[in-house]
Amino acid sequence: MSILVDKNTRVLCQGFTGKQGSFHSEQALAYGTQLVGGVTPGKGGQQHLGLPVFHTMREAVRATYATASVIYVPAHHAADSIMEAVDAGIELVVCITEGIPVRDMLNVKAALRANQARLIGPNCPGIITPGACKIGIMPGSIHLPGKIGIVSRSGTLTYEAVHQTTRLGLGQSTCVGIGGDPIKGMDFIDCLQLFEQDAQTEAIVLVGEIGGAREEVAAEYIQHHVSKPVAAYIAGQSAPPGRRMGHAGAVVAGGHGTAQAKIEALRAVGVVVADSPADMGLAILQAISRAPSRAVPQAVPT
Amino acid sequence: MNLHEYQAKQILREQGVNTPRGVVVENAAHAELAASGYLGGDSWVIKAQVHAGGRGKAGGVRIANSLAAVVGISDQLLGSRLITAQNAPQGQLVGQLLLEETLDIAREMYVSFLLDRDRERVILVASASGGMEIEAMGYDREIAQEVCDPVLGLQAFQCRSVAFALGLGEQATGVTRLLQTLYRIFTERDLSLLEINPLALTRDGRLIALDCKMVVDDNALARQPQLADWADDTQSDDKEVAAHAAGLNYIALDGDIGCLVNGAGLAMATMDLIRLNGGKAANFLDVGGGATAATVARALGIILSDEAVKAILVNIFGGIMRCDTIAEGIITAIREVGVRVPVIVRLEGTNVELGKAMLRDSGLDVVAAEDLNEAARRAVALASGVPA
Repeated sequence: MSILVDKNTRVLCQGFTGKQGSFHSEQALAYGTQLVGGVTPGKGGQQHLGLPVFHTMREAVRATYATASVIYVPAHHAADSIMEAVDAGIELVVCITEGIPVRDMLNVKAALRANQARLIGPNCPGIITPGACKIGIMPGSIHLPGKIGIVSRSGTLTYEAVHQTTRLGLGQSTCVGIGGDPIKGMDFIDCLQLFEQDAQTEAIVLVGEIGGAREEVAAEYIQHHVSKPVAAYIAGQSAPPGRRMGHAGAVVAGGHGTAQAKIEALRAVGVVVADSPADMGLAILQAISRAPSRAVPQAVPT
Repeated sequence: MNLHEYQAKQILREQGVNTPRGVVVENAAHAELAASGYLGGDSWVIKAQVHAGGRGKAGGVRIANSLAAVVGISDQLLGSRLITAQNAPQGQLVGQLLLEETLDIAREMYVSFLLDRDRERVILVASASGGMEIEAMGYDREIAQEVCDPVLGLQAFQCRSVAFALGLGEQATGVTRLLQTLYRIFTERDLSLLEINPLALTRDGRLIALDCKMVVDDNALARQPQLADWADDTQSDDKEVAAHAAGLNYIALDGDIGCLVNGAGLAMATMDLIRLNGGKAANFLDVGGGATAATVARALGIILSDEAVKAILVNIFGGIMRCDTIAEGIITAIREVGVRVPVIVRLEGTNVELGKAMLRDSGLDVVAAEDLNEAARRAVALASGVPA
């Protein structure tokens, strides 16, 4: 098992014939992802990488029965592409694109509220179930099928966590890069919930960063709903307040969103938080070894 | 991106929001002419135009009661660097002043629109007390907050509710019009902050935006050409401006270890690691996923233009960006630009062995570190002059 994607997931690529879409589609095919076609308006009917190209997502979904899509469309059209995928009945939309205006994402979120579809991203590396399905821009070679679920706001820090858990022989069940934007699709708690239910996942690594309060919300969720060991790393302890550290969402504003507050919240509920990004692997080993202390309090019948 | 106060007020006026009459001036003679001619009266407010809050306390907002004072204050402010509690230690250049009429104020209030990340909505925050201290008061003193639905917009009943909370029940219609106009500006101009502090009620019953701060969503600048044109590079660090032009994500900091990293999260983590090892980063720098050898070379050049830098830590997890590309960039930069400080390199990921071999075979004085912790430890040691 794994979460969200596996070897049978049928994937479409939006922005298929562009430079990014082409490059990463080739990589996904080489990894074994069931990429079944793509969409580029105006190029419908053509073949690309040996797969059919469609004008619209509706046509593409009708013809391929895909349930997932990945978006490599430029920032100012990406929100529209997300809505098109959702409208066409796609269940899992993965948006890699960085730089989507906040106003567009507010509209996307409003549209998603009335829908069952899940969105990963934007401004993220994507999702991978090692050895089965790679949707996104992460290097496939560093992954190892295994038992750690990883959820992260940062791309390269996800790779660090993957690399460290691979070297320890733990491997990964599924890795989800939820992205660095302030307004995004799936959040820590959505992934925590799925990892908790997933039989293959034995422990979870959570990689957060400054800005917002989603790590604190995750800590509260872990306390009440997650029985599996959790380790974490929070980036940005030395970031100056008020500056946006690369990611649109990575900013300490008015004293809110500090790394310290997040670390304290996570430690308070028994999560092993690594001080150094080099120690995420050690942290998860530690979390696993002291697992019994992280039992979820059972609901008392009243 | 920040707008200057005078730019924000121009947008307000175009949409029918009252602001004090004012003139933007770049020299004292012009200021005197504006005060005595167009503005008239016998006292004026002189406001330094810098992209930072806290101007009032820093002496950047002054009252002049004579034309001689207008000239004196203008001369003093123009060309100076205003240091406020909210900007960098070296302050920001005052290139322009906004000279305004003074008004007879009965009350000062606070209104702002901003993004609430947790609710994923734009919110309206208003307080019956405005002025310089609102930031220090924090969120506890807010008296009114309304959540704006992205589809439906800000409703009239919400505005009325704010009007009564501000004690402006008699002007509820005017307040509603004002707030709905501000919300429209916020969305149409892709703002991430619109703050009016203070919003003044004059003794003759008019609502006037005495100050206005607008921050534009950087991601939307491509579709806001007018606002993009209003960018003022004199307000930013020179190195940040150069880095931005080169497509690099760079933030100047006050330490002595230059950092070159791929990925924003890893770049932050690298700064943290340096601090854990007792050092201090000179910058945040994310070269991005699609960097070429030339970009890496330019990034090194920008890092080296900071004279405080005593060592450089290159930390790359090669995914799409391959380690050999990074190695090529480092070698090019050292050969062409010359590097006056130790360079510590930690490479991992795609083509890592090839990258390491290229660095080793280059014959250049580059310290190769095997892992993250070691890289940071050695960078800190070398920056403080200890051979590592």
